[in-house]
Amino acid sequence: MTVVDLGLAAQFLFALAAVVAALASPTAYRSRLAGTLSAGIGVSGAVAGAGALGGTTATWTLAHPLGPAIGPLAPLTLAPDRLGGFFLLVVGLVGTIASVFGIGYAHGAAASRTGWTAYPLFLLGMQLVPAAGDVLTFLGGWELMALASTVLVLSDHAHRPRVRSAGIWYAVMTHLSFALLALGFAVLTSVAGSTRFADIAGMPVGESTSGVAFVLLTLGFVTKAGLVPVHVWLPRAHPEAPSHVSAVMSAAMVKMGVYGVLLTVTRLLPDAARWWGLALLALALPSALYGILQASVASDLKRLLAYSTTENVGLILTAVSVSMLTRHTGTADVSQIALVAALLLVASHAAFKTVLFLAAGAILAATGERDLDRMGGLAGGMPVTAAAFGVAALGAAALPVTSGFVAEWVLLQSLIHGDVRTDRLTTALLPAIVAVVALTAGLALLTFVKAFGIAFLARPRSEGAAAAHEVSFAMRGALVAGAAGVLALGLLPGLTSSGALAALTSGVSSRGAVGAVVAQPVGLGGIELPTLGALLDPTSLLILGLILTVPIVAISWRLALGIPRRAVDLQWGCGGVRVSPRMQYTATSFAEPLVRVFGDTLRPTQQLEVERAKESRFVVVGATYKQRVGDVIEDRVYRPVARLLGRIGDKARTVQNGSIHRYLAFSFAALVALLVVVVR
Amino acid sequence: MSASPAVAPDLTSTAWGLLAVVLQCCVLAAVSPILIGVMRQVRYRMEGRIGPGIWQPTRDLLKLARKEPLVAPGVRLQGVMPIAMTGTSLLLVALLPLMSTVTIPLVPDDLFVVVGVLLLGTVAIALLGLDSGTAFGGMGSSRHMTIAALVEPTVLVAVYALSIPVGSSALSAIVDARIAEPVSVVSPVSLLALVALIIVVVAETGRLPVDNPSTHLELTMVHEAMILEASGRDLGWVEFSSWLRLAGLLGLVANLALPWGVAQSMSIGGLAVAIVAIVVKVMLAGAGVAAVEVFLAKVRLFKVPELLAASFVMAFLAVTASYLVV
Repeated sequence: MTVVDLGLAAQFLFALAAVVAALASPTAYRSRLAGTLSAGIGVSGAVAGAGALGGTTATWTLAHPLGPAIGPLAPLTLAPDRLGGFFLLVVGLVGTIASVFGIGYAHGAAASRTGWTAYPLFLLGMQLVPAAGDVLTFLGGWELMALASTVLVLSDHAHRPRVRSAGIWYAVMTHLSFALLALGFAVLTSVAGSTRFADIAGMPVGESTSGVAFVLLTLGFVTKAGLVPVHVWLPRAHPEAPSHVSAVMSAAMVKMGVYGVLLTVTRLLPDAARWWGLALLALALPSALYGILQASVASDLKRLLAYSTTENVGLILTAVSVSMLTRHTGTADVSQIALVAALLLVASHAAFKTVLFLAAGAILAATGERDLDRMGGLAGGMPVTAAAFGVAALGAAALPVTSGFVAEWVLLQSLIHGDVRTDRLTTALLPAIVAVVALTAGLALLTFVKAFGIAFLARPRSEGAAAAHEVSFAMRGALVAGAAGVLALGLLPGLTSSGALAALTSGVSSRGAVGAVVAQPVGLGGIELPTLGALLDPTSLLILGLILTVPIVAISWRLALGIPRRAVDLQWGCGGVRVSPRMQYTATSFAEPLVRVFGDTLRPTQQLEVERAKESRFVVVGATYKQRVGDVIEDRVYRPVARLLGRIGDKARTVQNGSIHRYLAFSFAALVALLVVVVR
Repeated sequence: MSASPAVAPDLTSTAWGLLAVVLQCCVLAAVSPILIGVMRQVRYRMEGRIGPGIWQPTRDLLKLARKEPLVAPGVRLQGVMPIAMTGTSLLLVALLPLMSTVTIPLVPDDLFVVVGVLLLGTVAIALLGLDSGTAFGGMGSSRHMTIAALVEPTVLVAVYALSIPVGSSALSAIVDARIAEPVSVVSPVSLLALVALIIVVVAETGRLPVDNPSTHLELTMVHEAMILEASGRDLGWVEFSSWLRLAGLLGLVANLALPWGVAQSMSIGGLAVAIVAIVVKVMLAGAGVAAVEVFLAKVRLFKVPELLAASFVMAFLAVTASYLVV
């Protein structure tokens, strides 16, 4: 019995126990029991994932519930390969941290029987997806994940009507995704004659068939991953779900879409045509930019984080598509490094987004606020949350020495070395990709300076913010663990890149095999890309920085001994801060220059109403100003389509006029049509 | 974690690299207040004023060091951020190949790392502005971050353009290649990238026409708005760190344009020449910037994106040209 077997078995047992605990335990202990057992699911998944990543194999064949009915199809199997192991590890760790947070956080509807029953099933479904060894298990896990998460999104539907609308959007999009996947896999299994991934991977598939399968699968997966234009469920479902659920959805569930794309292009259909990479790039690159642009102008913290997820998935899939493009230009090492970058981005995003969503939950619990415009000064009451959010925000802004920096560094290295002058299109695209990635990074910097600075610094902008207090021990523990993960991934990229390389060995074996080692550990846990001649050792960089800071601190300390600080009652502010904290910049005003610069893309609607006195129109009594930055794609694409469907539905209603004769005629016509089809 | 023997950290070269880096930091730290003095003096003289002489910024720093910092209620980062800013500025100067192309083997002067460290300083001052809890602080950091975000594509594409001829993003490799083949400096690729980089440096260090370093007019100020609440030695560190940043970046541009005088190995003679060379180059570059600034007015904030777009186009052309021309 290997460690993978152990982990796979344990996750089922923990899930069962958690469901039983959720249903049977009294309210007072429910969160504690079910949360702890859910953390067990995550730990088992992480253990199995680490084992599978290390090369341990395990094949579990489950009894087929429909056995004879399906006939020739293979039984359900769990057989995580190395790539699956990598994702299983990521998902398991995220699940563990979020569950621990949930122990302290879940209250009200989220702590109900339904909530705590759906949560372990959600985690289990998510861990079945990367462990699946065949199509049916994959889709089964996928659907379990989708259904349980829909229930969780709807947790709070009784109190807030917006939750219901978010739930509908989410359910529609997630089932669109499922339908596309089912079609795509149907194409593949019909060609291969087997549902097992191992059989499909070895099967030569015709160019047009594989093209159709690629399009269907990719569309299905990116719908889950939240790329533009199928991102619309993210900024609705993430904010309305309870925060520990949004953390898992954003940091882990969305990654299943990425896993699906990687499974498709590296394992099932490794002989990608050149246009596949271009098609994926055409989806991924605009997503990165649009996502971060929306995030930078958002003032609802969880909405901001949701859009930032679209951005990060866009970057991850940009890396994947760069790898697909460079595979065709003969630079196999660059292609491999781009994939390593994609996996590093996956791990990095999982780490920092978990912390950011959990911290947003902590703020919500402490202040009742989700709106950045009403926060401020939280660092005083919530120092631990502030520190964790700060570290994660550095990661999200891709600054040294966090996980995000390392991942973007590897991506940029692969981009600037990817030029091959024989392939003009790739050569022309690479600088454009560098530019978009750079603009994305720049806007991410602004977004997270805004999020951290407005929420945690300055003076409180509302009473809730002023009364903020630090959250419970379990929640703080989860935040600190996640922040430590962000730093560890940033300081020890050698370790993670080794893991990422190992994960890739199960993939692109038939094509683009690389002789040389493309990434290896160096120095104090740093990463070296020998074929590109690039090296990054964040720990050494940090040590150098600290050495250089020593004299500054020493001088400051020496000066402070003689001349201490003096507390004053008021800020100076050029003499004008006696008035209320409302005069401070808010998140909305912080992003105002950006709204103007990108006005053509964001299309903000502004409304100014001036109320004048009756006596004279020159005397202004009051004025209200409203600005709304909506989602252009939602307004221009989804709403017209929804209206059209509604209109068709209304028209179709005339067919049903309640007349029994007409219904009998319908039945008769249907019967005749059926007979014609069958007899012929 | 065990490193493979080929890349095991070599203690001797680490020590030499550290020595080179520390020496470079000391020289630049000493030079940067004088650089600001020279730049201001050049401006004053060209405007027909007498000016206080080139030592005034140094005297200002010493005065600020002896003054007590004032702390308003609710302000948290005022003591930390100035030190963090100075630390990142020193690290930035340490990473740039200003005096020698000798580096610590484990901390190569990779351009992306340089940009990352530069942005850390940008973030630190923006947070300082927000922390003050005044309208001005928030306004300054909002504008500052908007400019920083829009500069980013130019920075990285210019880096890309510079890295193409040598096939590496390490600055020392780029400077070494330029010393070996000085003609490459005047190639169209290099010139376009340099112009783009100069606009970047102007934007990142808050010089005209992006920001007016000597204004306190609320409609226009960016950098000054963020540091309004800093006082005493805090203000001293903030000023010093932005001067150091300016000196380092001017030195980088100067070394890319005129790579001569940079020591390629550690020798007393070479370093002595390098010290003189970098001081002269930085002073000349600073005087040049100051002289040009006399003829410029600050552009409106919402015209800045156009300027940055122009610099981006140049950087982009540099990349494309490097594939077509070379």
